[in-house]
Formats: sequence, C-alpha cells, structure tokens
Amino acid sequence: MATTQALPSEPVSAPTAAPPGPRNDREQGRGRKWLLGVWSTLAILFLVAPILFMIVFSFNDNKGRFNFEWKGFTLKHWAHPFADPDLAKALENSLLIAVLATTIATMMGTLLAVALVRHRFRGRAAADFFVFLPMASPEVVMGASLLAMFLVLGIGTGFGTILVAHIMFSISYVVVTVKSRLEGMDPHVEEAAKDLGAGEVTTFFRVTLPMIAPGVAAAAVLAFALSIDDYIVTSFNAGQTQTFPLFIFGATRQGVPPQVNVLSTMLLILVLGLMLVNVLVQKRLAVRDKARRGA
Amino acid sequence: MSLSRRRKLLPWWFALPGLLWLAVFFAIPILNQVSVSLMSGDPEVGFKLTWSFSTYWDAIRDYHAQFTRSIGYAGAATIIDLIIAFPLAYFIAYKAGRFKGLWLLLVILPFFVSQVMRTASWQLILNDDGWLVARMQDVGIVSGDGRFLATGKAVIFGISYNFLPFMVLPLYATLDRIDRRLIEAASDLYCSRWVAFRKVTVPLAVPGIFAGSLLVFIPACGDYINSSILGSSNTTMIGNVIQSKFLNVLDYPTAAALSFLLMGVILIGIAIYGRVLGTKNLTELAG
Repeated sequence: MATTQALPSEPVSAPTAAPPGPRNDREQGRGRKWLLGVWSTLAILFLVAPILFMIVFSFNDNKGRFNFEWKGFTLKHWAHPFADPDLAKALENSLLIAVLATTIATMMGTLLAVALVRHRFRGRAAADFFVFLPMASPEVVMGASLLAMFLVLGIGTGFGTILVAHIMFSISYVVVTVKSRLEGMDPHVEEAAKDLGAGEVTTFFRVTLPMIAPGVAAAAVLAFALSIDDYIVTSFNAGQTQTFPLFIFGATRQGVPPQVNVLSTMLLILVLGLMLVNVLVQKRLAVRDKARRGA
Repeated sequence: MSLSRRRKLLPWWFALPGLLWLAVFFAIPILNQVSVSLMSGDPEVGFKLTWSFSTYWDAIRDYHAQFTRSIGYAGAATIIDLIIAFPLAYFIAYKAGRFKGLWLLLVILPFFVSQVMRTASWQLILNDDGWLVARMQDVGIVSGDGRFLATGKAVIFGISYNFLPFMVLPLYATLDRIDRRLIEAASDLYCSRWVAFRKVTVPLAVPGIFAGSLLVFIPACGDYINSSILGSSNTTMIGNVIQSKFLNVLDYPTAAALSFLLMGVILIGIAIYGRVLGTKNLTELAG
C-alpha cells in the first residue's frame, strides 16, 4: 500500500520548474487518495449494510411480526432454523433446483464456450451474439415469454418449468465465464495433443478441460448463485411450487420470520465456503504443477 | 472424406445442446410472445390470433405513465451507480494494492444473499422511525413528513443498491486494463492530474462505463421487486404491470404487448446510447 510505484499520475521525473512543485503535488495526491479511500469504504458499507443487518437480526429475540427492533440476543432461531415446514420445503426446492440447474447449465455452457472459442465454423459470430442476448433481456420479458409458451403448449408450471428456466438464463453466464478463461490460454497445447494423435474428444477431456477447470468452477459458482437467488423468472414459472426467494417475497408483507435470516446466513457461508475451496484447490494444483515442472 | 466431414460437424456437436436449449426456451418463447400480443379473447373462451394491433395502442395509452416511470427510475439509478462506482472501481484498480481481492470479494458479496432478502432488509432498515431515515431527513433527502418508504426515492434507492455491483465490476475491469504508461506519458507532457484523468483515463474507461450502464439499466427497467417491497401503488413500474396482467388478471395479450414494447424501448435506448458513447459493435461486449 505504501509504495507508490503503481500510482498512475506520479510523474517519473517531476518537472522541476512546473508550477505545482513535486512536494505540493504529492501532498495533494495523498489527500485525494484519502478521499477516494473514504468514498470507497462508504460504498462498500452501503453494499454490505443489509447483509450485516440480516446476520445481526438472526440473533434477535424478536417480539411481534416485524423483526427490526433489537430486543435482546438469542440463539433460538439458530437452534430451530426449520421451524416453519413451508420455509424448509421452499429451501429444499431451491437447493435442489440450483444443484440440478448448475450441473446441466455448466455442462452445456462449457461445451458451447469451447466450440465458440476453439473452432471456426459457419455461423459462429451469429451464435456468439445469440448467446449474449439473454443477458441483455430483462428478466420480466424472459419469464413472461416462457410462461406464455408453456400456456400455449398446455404444460403445467412447477418444479420442472423452474428448472428449465434456470438452466436457460444460466447458460449465457457460464459461456461468458468459460470463454474468458479459454481466450487467455495457449491453443498450441491442444494442437500438440492432436498432432500426437489424440482425437477431438480425448483432447477435450485430457487437455482442454483440465486447463479450463478453474473457469468452469467459477462459472458453476456463478450459476448456483444466479439460480438460488432468482425471483422474477421463477415467479412466472413456479405454479404452486415455492422457492426460497418466493417465500421471502411473500413474507415481506406479514414480516419476514427470523429463520429466514438464519437460513440466508447459512447459504452465504456455504457459497463463500465453496469459493474458498475452489481457490485453495487451484492454489494446491498450481503448487503441484510447479513442483512437477521443477523436478 | 467422411472423416473430414465429421471434423467439420464436431464443433456443432459441442455447441448444439446449449444453443438448442436457448433456442427452445429463450428465442421461441419471445417470438411466440409476438403472436400472443396480437391475439384477442379472454381466459374463459380462450385466445385467438386476430392480428389486433390495437392491443399495442391500448397498452401505450393505459400504461405510458408506468413506462416513463420505469425508464426514469432506471436512468436515475444508473447515474447514481455510476457516481458511486467510478471512484470505488478506480480505488480498487489503482490504490487497493494487495487488498484488491478482498475489495472485489466485498463488491460481489451481495450476490450471495438473495436479492429479495436484501431488499426486505432495507425495508426494515428504512422504516419511518429508523435512524437512517432521520439522518436523511437532516440532510434533506427525505422531506419533512419523514416518509421514505413507499416513495419513488425509496424505489430508486433500492434499484441503485441492487445493481451497484454490476456497475463496479465492468468499470474495474476496464480501468485495471488501462496501460499506466499512457497516464504517465500524459503527466510527462505537463498534463495536470485532473486533465490527465479527464483526457486519458475517462475516455479509455468508456467501454466499462457503457457495459456497466447497460448491466444496470436493462434489469432495472424490468425490475419490480424494489417497487413492490419498497414502493407503493404510486410507484408501480412496467414490470409490476406485466406481472399482474400475466398472473392475476390473465390478460395475456396486453402483458405480451407490454413486455415486447419494453424490449423494444430498451434496444432503441441501447442503440442511441451506443452511438453517443461511440461503441459501434454491441457484440464486443459479449466477449
């Protein structure tokens, strides 16, 4: 932090005769950096404020319906997070949908990304644009359109239609994440594998996939977060099925029970844990690779 | 020959499952939406395609207020987010040093808690007797009557909050990629810091500003979580209308027409915005 070699505007050779002397300039720079730091800290506080509120009030011994006045510390909500069977069912649905949607969307999206980056085929640019479109569409349009199609076809909405919808909006994000990893990689390694007689499929599983694994893992975490969080598309295609966000939305009118705070905090810890595992595994692998190369 | 043919088809086998899924569950529904919007009828008798374009005119006549409100709220939130995010992204890219990763993690932390949950938390934090509303009253953001929830300001506040990370991340990505030597060169050529910032850093950050603004504006236009939880019947946005037409009133043609109009307005908006900022090719963003 203290070294300023990364400071963009610190002139390497300060012009001695320039009106703002170098000393003055540096003091100004320090003031500006301080101001930037304060602004950034406030912005981060803004971002995490409702999350801190949520965590703190999961320990609140609340009276009445609304859980926003501090009435004393308690662990009772943490002891019985599944007290409400509807809430438990909603969370179960959400987790199951998220795991299934993540698995399927990550597989399809990864293959699609490999095709888009590593192969030159007719219609590639069009396919590229097509994949980008769902990310540029408002969720309410996607959700409503999908429901209209299910209505026309006479397909009843429920667990299956939510799953279908979640896979749909996750694919594009998986493709973009994996693509950015692929684009930073040397294609010659795969060419070498093919020159040595490996087929396309073998090359994919033995060479490409291990190399893009961190990108695939990041894409999976993203897809999971998108799926478990989704409200708008889900609300159109849920039928009678409850998911965790749908339950919370319904509860905002009568007061969100503190168990929701507890379960949301648990989910937060779970996702952070998954990310941490991903980072640690990547580090491990990097160390191992280094050791191998050294040997 | 058959081998070379198989080779040519292979990328399609890789691409096919994903593309097919997007075609069946994204593209076809949206095209189908066009035909639904031209139908007439009611849920009891059923809907028939009658090419009734009047649905569109009726929709515009009845809901232009919600349309303008949605665009106004989304636009205001985009500007607020840009003002909050630019210094933050600049700080993370240039001054955060070895804590960069931690700052970025804090920026994406909200993604790991349901948006509905975070908005519900704001609803409780921003209650009329709360500390925050009192402070906002002190500085004049909240008017004398002390109501903040159920006003347009609360909805804009919620939207700005919910989509802020989408502004920070692309801004950070572009700022981080700028070649520092260009800025050094500017100061070597006797540019003051401010001028160097304005004439070098900001123009180079335009792709990030563009991407961030789209990532905030598009979902914000269609959002109805914030206006449902933080707003009132005076703050309904077009998303609220589409949702209730579809799920409560069962007026599918109007809902379809509205969602199609929303899509159209957004695409036109993006095109104009892109022209102004000089980003010619939208597909550049896809990479």
